[in-house]
Amino acid sequence: MLALFAAVSLLTTVGIIAVLIFETAGFFREVSFREFFGSTEWTPLFAKPTFGIWALVSGTALTSFIAILTALPLGLLAAIYLSEFAKDRVRKTLKPLMEVLAGIPTVVYGYFALTFVTPLLQKLIPGLAGFNALGAGIVMGIMILPIIASLSEDAIFAVPRSLREGALALGGTKLSTVFRVVLPSAFSGIGAAVILGVSRAIGETMIVAIAAGQQPRFTLDPRVPIETMTAYIVQVSLGDTPSGTLAYRTIFAVGMTLFVFTLVLNMVAHRLRKRILGGAAR
Amino acid sequence: MNGEATRLGASGGGLAELRQSVAGHGAERTFRAICLLALLLPLLLLATVIVDAVADGAARLGWGFLTSFPSRHADKAGFLPALVGSGALMVLTAAIAIPLGIGAAVYLEEYAKRGRMTALIEMNISNLAGVPSIIYGLLGLELFVRVMDLGRSLIAGAATLALLVLPMVIMASREALRTVPNSLREASLALGGDRWQTIRKVVLPMSMPGILTGIILSIARAVGETAPLVTIGALTYVAFLPDSIGSAFTAMPIQIFNWISRPQADFHANAAAGIVVLLAFMLVLNGVAIWLRLRLQRRLEW
Repeated sequence: MLALFAAVSLLTTVGIIAVLIFETAGFFREVSFREFFGSTEWTPLFAKPTFGIWALVSGTALTSFIAILTALPLGLLAAIYLSEFAKDRVRKTLKPLMEVLAGIPTVVYGYFALTFVTPLLQKLIPGLAGFNALGAGIVMGIMILPIIASLSEDAIFAVPRSLREGALALGGTKLSTVFRVVLPSAFSGIGAAVILGVSRAIGETMIVAIAAGQQPRFTLDPRVPIETMTAYIVQVSLGDTPSGTLAYRTIFAVGMTLFVFTLVLNMVAHRLRKRILGGAAR
Repeated sequence: MNGEATRLGASGGGLAELRQSVAGHGAERTFRAICLLALLLPLLLLATVIVDAVADGAARLGWGFLTSFPSRHADKAGFLPALVGSGALMVLTAAIAIPLGIGAAVYLEEYAKRGRMTALIEMNISNLAGVPSIIYGLLGLELFVRVMDLGRSLIAGAATLALLVLPMVIMASREALRTVPNSLREASLALGGDRWQTIRKVVLPMSMPGILTGIILSIARAVGETAPLVTIGALTYVAFLPDSIGSAFTAMPIQIFNWISRPQADFHANAAAGIVVLLAFMLVLNGVAIWLRLRLQRRLEW
């Protein structure tokens, strides 16, 4: 009986995959693979629609890249401070406080990106559109910062003390110990943190739906409105799209692409983390 | 520190060496300061997010805002259907996710034999936790709204959110079950209790604060979720209160999103006021969770 409850989680996975495959198959009966993967135009609502996923993938890649660019340096430095410099009590207070950032509803971040960060950036960067990848990406970086900091800190903390002491005994300074010994040793763990951060950024919806615009565009220009895969799903869901239509199926085809991306990233990160957890006892 | 002293001693304390060492120390302090800054900046941003929302929304916050229906006029629009909708969603989500989550956790921790099947379930749960929430929305749209024909109803929304938070509930509950010392289980069995009695009378009561903490945090997350509800088609303009689980609904994040999406700045003030209410709501839930955790720690120190 209780085993059935545990089976619900398996059924959820099966359900997700079944639903995505079923509707995506319906999508590809009407749209060719060549168009989906070969075109950079995404105009599903035009009279003569084109379904080139790269227009949405580029939007997702761009915002996620900006997010990582924001979160990685900050997160890594914060992790170094927490594990190498902070006293135990400081660590125990600041770490949970930082994790509050990850618990803020994303619709709140979306508001922040649209009404605070973008106007601020517009003062610095003339020509920045009201909806843009830059502001959304930066705020997304703030959102994933706790994940990166927390997981990197785990990895740095897991580096055996003996390695640090060895480096210091050989005459290394604290700085050279951190940069030449501790960080390289924690590399795969930090790699896992970054990959999980990217995976979270790719799947993040509300920030980009609110602040990055809804204009599918194959570009790497962070100043103009774009559309991510997730934002497209939101855009279609807000309209009343009857099931069974091609427009309805597009959101599943896009969802499938998104699902595959995050699944691959999560699996790679899991591998990397397993390697450090197997290597060092914590 | 020791390393530096040894090095200086060995080289006879050459002036150049000394200078380099001092410079290194200065660099270390600079680096340390940069690291601290990197840690404090996000916390400062957290404060900015909150202060910004309060500043933008303060003028709209008030009894009228909490007790009115949405309106075309920003200054008359209220949050009531969203508040009621979120409350109902929370209760329904909890009603679905709690039995399923605790049941699964008890099975995995207390009954299941270590083997391929449990390893598969475990891997599956950790994978599910990494699936973007909007994908759960797609699942809910197809499975609950279309196939099971529940429509864009409260129960369809709650079922979707329950599946979304289930991995979190299971993981937190397992963690809590693991903190119960085995000696207590053995004592209960030695007194003639069977396995189910041991779980019901000893293991579950002992781990309940931990389980509840995990559940509350999961539910708090569900309350803040927007994307899956948008995907299953929660309404953005609701001028009535839900009267049954089959009723159409809106929720706090949905209403906030709707107000943000409007071009008029007046509605942005409403969105900010809604955000303040939502954050306060989550703050209360998190406060309860922290209080429970402290209680748990006290009880286990014996």
